[in-house]
Amino acid sequence: MAFVEVRNVSKSFASAGKVREVLSGVHLTVEEGEFVSIVGSTGSGKSTLMAILAGLQIPDSGTVTVGGKTVRGIHPDAAVVFQNYSLLPWFSALENVRLAIQAAFPDWPRTRQVDQAKRYLETVGLGKALQKRPGQLSGGMRQRVAIARAFATEPRLLFLDEPFSALDALTRSNLQQVLVKMCSESGKSATAVMITNNLDEALLLSDQIVPMTKGPRSKLGTPIPVKLPRPRTDAQLLHDPLAVRIRAQVVERLAEFVHEGQREARKSVEVPKVAQSKAIEEQL
Amino acid sequence: MGDRIVRFLLPVVGVAFLLFIWAALSANVPDLPSPMKTWEESKVYILQPLEKRGEMDQGIVRLAAYSLFRVAKGFLLGIAIATPLGFVLGLSKVFNRMFDPVIQVLRPISPLAWLPLGLIIFQKSEPAALFTIALCSMWPTVLNTIAGVRTIPQEYRNVAKVLRLSRVQTFTKVLLPATLPHVFTGYRLSLGIAWLVIVASEMLTGTPGVGGFLWQEYNSLIYAHILLCILTIGVVGFLLDRMMGFVEMRLRSI
Repeated sequence: MAFVEVRNVSKSFASAGKVREVLSGVHLTVEEGEFVSIVGSTGSGKSTLMAILAGLQIPDSGTVTVGGKTVRGIHPDAAVVFQNYSLLPWFSALENVRLAIQAAFPDWPRTRQVDQAKRYLETVGLGKALQKRPGQLSGGMRQRVAIARAFATEPRLLFLDEPFSALDALTRSNLQQVLVKMCSESGKSATAVMITNNLDEALLLSDQIVPMTKGPRSKLGTPIPVKLPRPRTDAQLLHDPLAVRIRAQVVERLAEFVHEGQREARKSVEVPKVAQSKAIEEQL
Repeated sequence: MGDRIVRFLLPVVGVAFLLFIWAALSANVPDLPSPMKTWEESKVYILQPLEKRGEMDQGIVRLAAYSLFRVAKGFLLGIAIATPLGFVLGLSKVFNRMFDPVIQVLRPISPLAWLPLGLIIFQKSEPAALFTIALCSMWPTVLNTIAGVRTIPQEYRNVAKVLRLSRVQTFTKVLLPATLPHVFTGYRLSLGIAWLVIVASEMLTGTPGVGGFLWQEYNSLIYAHILLCILTIGVVGFLLDRMMGFVEMRLRSI
């Protein structure tokens, strides 16, 4: 049995008297130690899926199991990095990280909790901003704190909900490297599920990429393995023939979804696939 | 430079305008003392602010201190009840549904109505006054705390869930800091009301303080001292509000 198994998960929301099915029959398996990215355009229910995976929301039907156990509430060994950083503004960077450690390891003496928090903040390059409050930090630095907070609890399972999409391209690329470093440095490799709308990011980090159909009634497509050697760099991904092929494969798959969606909607106009692929890539 | 002078002068003009209205009124109303007469008859209270000559015949700062002390006790009692009540009602929909009508009915009741009830219950004027101050001043704190708890961003709630904070940790590390600015807005409004109520309660119970003094001087036909008391009440209330506003601003800036 895989470490994380999502079976036939569906979720609907009722708003203004209309029931909107966001997820319909989602399947996903993640093996232990694997980094899986779910790629889809905005409005495809990615964040809902993440909330269900993390135990923040309950699916209408279907099950999510982690390590063979059904998810009820937040998994004790899981950590989540949110798109909007979600730091507590009244605490310093150090206190934000220490609070997570305190909750995860209540038996540790305070000094050990502080040391651990310091070490992880230093790893993400914030050794000089320990006492700064989130309000005094830039977006990129805040997300560094959030990443440090997630890793400092030594999670077996990591959920990343569009972790870098609120950042500018340069900061984004820096933080992706931080994440790569953290993943490779955490002794036992953590299992991670990342949701993203950025294909390059997915290629850089993942072992598998799972395309997600456009909502409503989103489904997940067949996973595409990314068997590229690590460490990977942005430049390498642009030129490596295998990387290029995988990218094309994902784009193709996403395009098929749009195609199917259109057929379902009985749209008579057939859009040439190549043009569509381009459009999707631009969307991503 | 000129800007600063204007900024200093404008309030002076406002005060002068008020004095002018007052003087004009006193020229036409026989029993209303003019500003000059008020000063002449009151200056002993202002120039010897801490003097104690009799139970009511005391310097104005001393009288104000009695009132402030009483307000502090009533206000602290009020918020000691109101703050936890606000949290409970903010967190529990059931309790809120249960008690919302009660709050809405009790809230508009005037201190003048509560005070006799307090006298019946406690038989003494001092606890009756505290009872009245507490009951009248607690509502803004209750309502603001409820609003504060309700409006905590989902983001912070998610942090508490994802970090698997205990109930106590969730309360002290997330809920309390997130609602504190709202709670303090409640405190500021509550203190304002407590200060309004003190005068009414001192008038009715005849206890020493600014309100008690005001009522005694009215009965002794020394009208200048009424104006002295009114001005004192206004200035003290203004200072209290400024003080709380300052604390509130510091909290919000976090």
